[in-house]
Amino acid sequence: MEIGLNHYLVVSALLFTLGLFGVISRKHAIMVLMGLELILNAANINFVAFAKYGGMNMDGQLAAVFVIILAAAEAAVALAILLKIFHHFRHVNIDEVNQMKE
Amino acid sequence: MQSTNFIWDLFGVNLLTVVAVVALPLGFVLIYALVAILAELKISAWIQERLGPMRTGPYGILQPVAEVIKLLQKEDITPDASSKLLYNLAPFIIFSGAYAAFAVIPFSSAFMPANINVGLFYVFAIGSISAMGIVMGGWASSNKYSLMGAMRSVSQLISYEIPAAMAVLSIVVLSSSMNMQEISHAQTGYFWDWYLFGGPGSWTKVFIIPFTITLAIAYFIASLAETNRVPFDIPEGESELVAGFHTEYGGIKFAMFYFAEYANMFVVSAIFTTIFLGGWNSPFGEFLQGPGWGVMWFILKSFSIVFVQIWVRWTLPRFRVDQLMYLGWKVLLPVSFICFFAISLFVMFK
Amino acid sequence: MNLVTLAFYFFAVLTLAFAAVVVFSRNILHAAFALLFTFFGVASMYVLLQADFLAISQIMIYIGGILILIIFGVILTTNITGVEVKSDKTGRLQLVSAGIATLLLAATLIGVMTTTQWNTAEVPAVDATAEAIGTGMLTRYLLAFETASMLLLIAIVGAAFIARKKPV
Repeated sequence: MEIGLNHYLVVSALLFTLGLFGVISRKHAIMVLMGLELILNAANINFVAFAKYGGMNMDGQLAAVFVIILAAAEAAVALAILLKIFHHFRHVNIDEVNQMKE
Repeated sequence: MQSTNFIWDLFGVNLLTVVAVVALPLGFVLIYALVAILAELKISAWIQERLGPMRTGPYGILQPVAEVIKLLQKEDITPDASSKLLYNLAPFIIFSGAYAAFAVIPFSSAFMPANINVGLFYVFAIGSISAMGIVMGGWASSNKYSLMGAMRSVSQLISYEIPAAMAVLSIVVLSSSMNMQEISHAQTGYFWDWYLFGGPGSWTKVFIIPFTITLAIAYFIASLAETNRVPFDIPEGESELVAGFHTEYGGIKFAMFYFAEYANMFVVSAIFTTIFLGGWNSPFGEFLQGPGWGVMWFILKSFSIVFVQIWVRWTLPRFRVDQLMYLGWKVLLPVSFICFFAISLFVMFK
Repeated sequence: MNLVTLAFYFFAVLTLAFAAVVVFSRNILHAAFALLFTFFGVASMYVLLQADFLAISQIMIYIGGILILIIFGVILTTNITGVEVKSDKTGRLQLVSAGIATLLLAATLIGVMTTTQWNTAEVPAVDATAEAIGTGMLTRYLLAFETASMLLLIAIVGAAFIARKKPV
């Protein structure tokens, strides 16, 4: 069977739903961050697959490059915030970080 | 019958090529690692005015064989409170990272396992996979010295990746290609056509010769830090951290770490040779130039850089952690940026 | 059944299997290192889609940058006393409803994707994607490129400021 656009789309859809389940069902903040990275990677596969099967249009690959850049910036800021939360609450369980002022 | 037809259909007549291309660099790495172990023992001995191993074989030539046999027959211990899967996986990831970089090293104009257009960039990416293996090994040992050694090693690695990448990027700008084979082709000619001396071109390249020489020195220093060699071997500091991130490893797993370190040394020397010293070209123009002679010139040049690395190890003392970070961020980074800027200006106005 | 098809199935199964380990594992360090293999699988998908520069950038930025950040984050936000780093269990009702919701979403997505008639065009043989990406960034997407650089600078300064130790 020849590999076509649909194969890559199915892979990206499955990766997306796995990442979404990770974001919804986890309590440790870094697990949530890892699920988020899975979601972003799934969207990237989608972009690049459409770039290739749409006549090698480079727009898809450029969009993927920008998504990677933004994911890096967002991971850095998210981890800095997590460090502050850990210093204050002594844990990173996002279900219990629900007080504005201790 | 059915199964052999299946494999033949898969690879076609290229099966022999695939096997040769995968097995030849592996054989080279293993033989080179033995030679490098012996070279390190002997050179360190001669620098320190002693003789080194003299009893195993004539003049101690069989010493690395003896060391490998000793490591292979040791008992395979796994510490109790660690994650066994990650503990066993770490040496393999580190060695795979070191060996995968051999796929893009141009040994000669006729032999290069994978001629990809982003070869130089690929080597840096594979280096970061090795960094992950170090963290894995350090954490899974559940030993606070291993963890500290692993974290120091990773921070040192990512700090010195940037000046190394800027040095390589300047040469990419000069040659407008990331393909290692094309960079080697561009330096054909005499030794003043090497990128160390400004690359092929007219007399105007005199303006960038100081910058390329500075970049070569900066890349060499950064590569010493990338491979955890003295003076940057805080992660393996014998007097500080027992043995750093490979404290809890013994026997064949330690042998894999050991081999991976020597393989990394060769990879870094090979990159230096390709981008600064002309790759597989002969320094005398047409004399001894060709696909077969190319392998000899390449190995000669890479081994001389490995020799300089061993020489530096037994000459200099070790840096402190803060001195190491100072050197990486406050000295090498601005210097490499200035050289990159100057070379880009030169290429723009050429 | 040629080599490309075999490679695609192998890497797709690898990516999805390790992504499942990331999402369903109790041990956070196993999850982080399974994420390493997931990123590697995604990079191999890019190689199969003829985006070589993007694949190497993915390995370098994601594995060599973001994953190291995540692992340092794990190490710094746990108590290193030899206790295993586990995550608390969510309630059973929430897990079941989340699972049903995501399964429904997956079925919808896959159904829509496979039944739409996509206008695919001919794939010309492109060799130098790095050059095309560079040209695109400096001509058509120049504003986005400069804005992304500013955003990276702001993110670096902001993260360093937030995570600093307050001088007491």
